[in-house]
Amino acid sequence: LTVQAPFGKHFLALLTAVYLGLAAVEFDLFLRAISVFAKLLSNVLPVLALVLVIMSLLNLMIKPGMAKRMLGKGSGLKGWAFAVVGGVLSSGPIYVWYPLIADLREKGMRDSLVAAFLYARAVKMPMIPLMVYYFGWNFALLFSLYLLIFSILNGLLVEWLTGRGDEPEP
Amino acid sequence: MRDERQRDGKGRMEKDTKPQKITASLKKTATSFAQVFPILIGVMLLVSLILVLVPPSFYGAVFTGDEILDPLIGAFIGSVAAGNPITSYIVGGELIDQGASLLAVTAFIAAWVTVGVAQLPAEGMILGKRFALIRNGISFLSAVLVAILTSVTLELIWP
Repeated sequence: LTVQAPFGKHFLALLTAVYLGLAAVEFDLFLRAISVFAKLLSNVLPVLALVLVIMSLLNLMIKPGMAKRMLGKGSGLKGWAFAVVGGVLSSGPIYVWYPLIADLREKGMRDSLVAAFLYARAVKMPMIPLMVYYFGWNFALLFSLYLLIFSILNGLLVEWLTGRGDEPEP
Repeated sequence: MRDERQRDGKGRMEKDTKPQKITASLKKTATSFAQVFPILIGVMLLVSLILVLVPPSFYGAVFTGDEILDPLIGAFIGSVAAGNPITSYIVGGELIDQGASLLAVTAFIAAWVTVGVAQLPAEGMILGKRFALIRNGISFLSAVLVAILTSVTLELIWP
């Protein structure tokens, strides 16, 4: 995984400084933000654990070249199916999945499939009943269908614009 | 005898290498995660701040009633907003009750789940700045297009 190294720590330091500033100016708001953060963290931890397990299993079982065959340039329809179905089935916030995606990308996953995976996450199967309740079944059906179609279109367009098939970004 | 010894040796080697493989895989995962962890915590802090600073009641106040401008405003607000998609459905339902167009609300919901301004720094650091900007830019435009297509198709099939 090639994270742009110092920026991660700088980013966290910046947010910590913002929170400290908030604590000095508006302590009540700071407490509310911290309580939301604690709740968010407790919700995210199980998904994060799942991602860690998947990453470890992939590191253990996927041999060099295998990810490239399954999710690289020549993966064809199977690759698209993996990305779109994987995106729909993945739960939790999007950022929890970045490390796994970055890992697979390093192993040869093409940009179009990365973008398709991230876009297909918009189709939230467990939440479809709630969408039906608020907007009706015809809306839920069409909206989900268009999201799936656009996950593929987005993937193709992102890869075309990034100009990157399955080589890592410099 | 010789074959047996060779087989025993091979068996021992396999027994030795499997735990080593597992350890190596766990080590690799831990190293990757250690790099990403500060970014994930940073994003969660940012999202929490947005959730506290921008109450759901704010969203209703920004729509103008303009058929062309509102979907763009919806997509913009949806991109900046953070939180569980359930919130976007509830807010969307409320917005329709308040008189916002389905087109605007659809763009709002689509952008909420596909574009992430709060997550953009993390996406840029982990997946590359260029990739993150292009992907989120296209997802923003897609949110408007998905909204138009959904509304138009609904009108055509179930007028």
